[in-house]
Amino acid sequence: MDHFVDLTLSGLASGAVYAALALSLVIIYQATRLVNFAQPAIALIAVYTAATVAPLTGSYWVGFVAALTVGAAAGALVERFVVRPIARVSQLNGIIVTLGLLLVAQGGVGMIWGNEQHGFSYAFDFVGRPSPADVFALVSVAVVAALLFCLYRFTPLGLRMRAAAFRPEAARLSGVKVGLMLTTGWAISALIASLAGMLAGPPFISPNVFDIVFVYGITAAVVGGLDNPFGAIIGGLLVGLGMSYVSGYAGPELATLTALALVVLVLSVRPDGILSRPTARKV
Amino acid sequence: MSTELLEVVDLSASYGAVRALDAVSFTVPERGFRAVLGANGAGKTTLLRTLTGLHRADAGRVLLDGEDITRLPAERVITRGLAHVPEGGGVITELTVEENLRLGALWRSSRRDRATEAEVLDLFPPLVERLGRSAGTLSGGERQMLAIGRALMARPRVLLLDEPSLGLAPLVTKQIFTLLRDLRERTGLTVVLVEQNAAGALAATDSGVVLNQGRVAVEGPSTDLLSDDRTRHAYLGF
Ligand SMILES: Nc1ncnc2c1ncn2[C@@H]1O[C@H](COP(=O)(O)OP(=O)(O)OP(=O)(O)O)[C@@H](O)[C@H]1O
Ligand SMILES: [Mg+2]
Repeated sequence: MDHFVDLTLSGLASGAVYAALALSLVIIYQATRLVNFAQPAIALIAVYTAATVAPLTGSYWVGFVAALTVGAAAGALVERFVVRPIARVSQLNGIIVTLGLLLVAQGGVGMIWGNEQHGFSYAFDFVGRPSPADVFALVSVAVVAALLFCLYRFTPLGLRMRAAAFRPEAARLSGVKVGLMLTTGWAISALIASLAGMLAGPPFISPNVFDIVFVYGITAAVVGGLDNPFGAIIGGLLVGLGMSYVSGYAGPELATLTALALVVLVLSVRPDGILSRPTARKV
Repeated sequence: MSTELLEVVDLSASYGAVRALDAVSFTVPERGFRAVLGANGAGKTTLLRTLTGLHRADAGRVLLDGEDITRLPAERVITRGLAHVPEGGGVITELTVEENLRLGALWRSSRRDRATEAEVLDLFPPLVERLGRSAGTLSGGERQMLAIGRALMARPRVLLLDEPSLGLAPLVTKQIFTLLRDLRERTGLTVVLVEQNAAGALAATDSGVVLNQGRVAVEGPSTDLLSDDRTRHAYLGF
């Protein structure tokens, strides 16, 4: 029983990270119909920013804020100066472009900071059950999700962003600067990915540190429905719990396979995610 | 100097090699109600899209109250008082009815404009009890009301409408035309109405422009166009 509680708590904490990543993917997918493989690159830039700033200032939290700020700015720049110009001149698949960005970022980080592992500290103590670090992960992701919900649902900016995402042309006729809304959406998405990076990074970071985490994040987004922010959060928690139980009871080597199986299962039964209505298969 | 609120001067536009508008010129006076008619593919939608900057003009000019707005980006055009209800309405079905309406007024202020909202809902009573619903649940007629309502929330000086009668019952179409006339009388709104339904549109408007293959074929007072058999047979199909 203790073992079960342990696994559940650690599953929820890592699930919060997958939920944040999935949420960041959904924000971009809703606005641009693009699965953004550059998201771990943003998280990478964020954690290395923190790893540089925190020792200089002697404060974890200054590093934390710097990471989120630099991450959000990187997201905005990527949208404005890479994704948008390329979408305008060629049909080149957006996935290829963002994958390319990921490889460039990983290479760049390796060149600047080296490919070896660096120690990276937790926001709070990581011992205990649940540990303060686990609680921080869950609470920070919950707060961000709630703020995001309020932004989209209750503010004029959120209304503009939704209009721009759903019907760009109608939005423009109502005076919405659609390009600016896209950039803002990418910045917000990148901010959330940076938070996920700060939570998933410890205890060590290296240029490939987020590869597996990101695979689980995509799994969560697909399970929850790429179009559904609530689904992303539920999907993240489910994947976190699932991975935790499988590693705990059956062995960690089965975890990745389980994620894959989950994706296949969901895609074959409910292609639009668990929160969607089951769609009738057309033969 | 002139009382012409909207002036279109030698406006041309194309899709690749296909010329869709060829040196189109016409004017609409302040408080005017003008029909733009023509067969399928005549260039009516392209004309409106070029006026509001959704499509790039190859040549020519669009003047609104004397100001050249030809190259103004679409999202700025509304700030000059030119509103466009696009073909099919452009209602955002993922938003609620109320959010669609609020969106229309956002360019003026981020604060909710309840006064204008009340005025618009007065015009379209069926929308009142549907405010909280998703716009996707509305009927075709209600959607068209919402589309026009959203445009009016912007408090425009000129309203462009692209086939508001599309898919609507004749009675509903007539109500919408009557409503546009009333609006003009009460608020001084200037209206440009693109229509396939030529007879109905000419009965409601003061004057009409007939497009044929991207050019102005005939123009004149609506009553003249209605009574001119040659125009009716050649371009209007009734
Ligand atoms: N996106 C496009 N790409 C290429 N050609 C287009 C495009 N849109 C319109 N056209 C062409 O431009 C011409 C004018 O089209 P437009 O849509 O303006 O006509 P319309 O008068 O609005 O017709 P309808 O009454 O059917 O709505 C047509 O020949 C049409 O085929
Ligand atoms: Mg048309």
